[in-house]
Amino acid sequence: MTAPSITVSETPLVLYTLRRADDALILGHRLSEWCGHAPMLEEDMALSNMALDLIGQARELYGYAAKVEGRGHDEDKLAYLRDVRQYRNLLLVERPNGDFAHTMVRQLFYAAFADLYWRGMMGSTDATLAAIAAKSEKECAYHLRHASEWVIRLGDGTDESHRRAQAAVDDLWAYTGEMFSVDGSERGLIDAGIATDPTMLLPEWLSIVSHVAREATLVLPENDWMQQGGRDGRHSEHLGHLLSELQYMQRSFPGATW
Amino acid sequence: MYTQALNSPEEGSLAEDAVRASRFQARVDAEERIEPNDWMPAAYRKTLVRQISQHAHSEIVGMLPEGNWITRAPSLRRKAALLAKVQDECGHGLYLYAAAETLGASREELVDAMLAGKAKYSSIFNYPTLTWADIGVIGWLVDGAAIMNQIPLCRCSYGPYARAMIRVCKEESFHQRQGYEIMLTLCRGTAEQKAMAQDALNRWWWPVLMMFGPPDQASQHSDASTKWKIKRFSNDELRQKFIDATVPQAQYLGLTMPDPEMTQDAQGHWRHGPIDWNEFKQVLAGNGPCNRDRLSARRKAHADGAWVREAAAAYAEKRARRQMAQAAE
Repeated sequence: MTAPSITVSETPLVLYTLRRADDALILGHRLSEWCGHAPMLEEDMALSNMALDLIGQARELYGYAAKVEGRGHDEDKLAYLRDVRQYRNLLLVERPNGDFAHTMVRQLFYAAFADLYWRGMMGSTDATLAAIAAKSEKECAYHLRHASEWVIRLGDGTDESHRRAQAAVDDLWAYTGEMFSVDGSERGLIDAGIATDPTMLLPEWLSIVSHVAREATLVLPENDWMQQGGRDGRHSEHLGHLLSELQYMQRSFPGATW
Repeated sequence: MYTQALNSPEEGSLAEDAVRASRFQARVDAEERIEPNDWMPAAYRKTLVRQISQHAHSEIVGMLPEGNWITRAPSLRRKAALLAKVQDECGHGLYLYAAAETLGASREELVDAMLAGKAKYSSIFNYPTLTWADIGVIGWLVDGAAIMNQIPLCRCSYGPYARAMIRVCKEESFHQRQGYEIMLTLCRGTAEQKAMAQDALNRWWWPVLMMFGPPDQASQHSDASTKWKIKRFSNDELRQKFIDATVPQAQYLGLTMPDPEMTQDAQGHWRHGPIDWNEFKQVLAGNGPCNRDRLSARRKAHADGAWVREAAAAYAEKRARRQMAQAAE
């Protein structure tokens, strides 16, 4: 017997909160995959720490989504009993870890965005989201500093590290545009002062990322084609495998308490 | 690397060494702490480097069996707790390598010896974590046994090791409670969950008893370590304390000890049946179920990370050069 997926009633606020929760959980899960396998013990610690921050953010956001939905779901049901088409995270955060350069460039792209985004959300008219934003912003500011320092070290390190860092930038660039897109469901929340408008953050994000790239002697791609789909549940093939691992226990033992 | 310079063995005559050795032993006997810059016998230094580095390797290799369940933990709360716990183990490893460095060893050479298979780590981490209940048992019993071993080390004669142990023991006791709470939840859960808990206890019990090391008659290191107050209790004494503490906990969980000969004697001690010391010997010799997997995972992380460490070193050098050039302008 396996536990079936739940159906979530995705009002705009529930959908909005789930999208952010899924971003945090999936990226936290990816970072946690490094634990015990990082290039040095200090990075085992740092990557686990950032994974913990993100999983903590996800838990608060899922808890709030469940409360807003009001159908008796909780953080675990939302995390463990939705299938790949119901997941709403950005394609960027589900990218496999790859080498350390890929992980750090992914982290730079996301943290540079998340730091700005949560800073904006601190002014949300929704008090719960504003409180979650205040905590998340502090964490993401550190993640950004950590990732920036590494990308600079790798880009301006050895020939090999430069080549790997440039390859990571080239591979991941097309997944950055989705962070700044807004659909009809979110437009209403932006107009109501509940959500931050991510399109407004693009210039500052570009300036942060360009500065790091310059320091790192890396070149940002000219190709401006951006992949979309994560927010609507159209994911890469990688997410299903991640979820089958993440959800294994809850799916295999329906209704058990752990 | 100043610790190495400070700790380079001083030249001295044998007669002088005998005087120093007796002064050293008197300090140990008076329960004074020996600090990194103090004179100490070469054998004391060697014993500590061996023991502290084995301890550090155990923390680091120990991340692997538990790390095996981070991505599959059954709830977000459990996932966060497990990740935090494994991160703590890594911190213990770093802390212990630093303690070994105060004796003049370098982390790199110690890690290289472990990767080369020349240094030991705790035999327990060569067993596989097959189900979620194994995470509960590791916290409850493996960390419980580690605490039993490490509490006396908080009074070890070597200051940096003793102080490291105080902090490590605090975190380990939190880990143990976490493990016991997982077991309690399983034992109060469905029949399937309880069976999972019993199966995990059955598989881990004997290897956990082996964590205390060979029986007293067969232990190689105890005599000198006892004289130096590195070791305060014998292997068998600690093993017995652990069993006496554990049996009532298992009874509370409603689990059966996987030892048909286990009986309580007139003094209230729980006496265990024969331990398969051949299994222990085989695991130490590299023939445990996971020895090869554990070493190859650590070697892979080290090899895959080489280019990252080289890049960090190259960047640091470039930056220092640029700063020098700027300062010269």
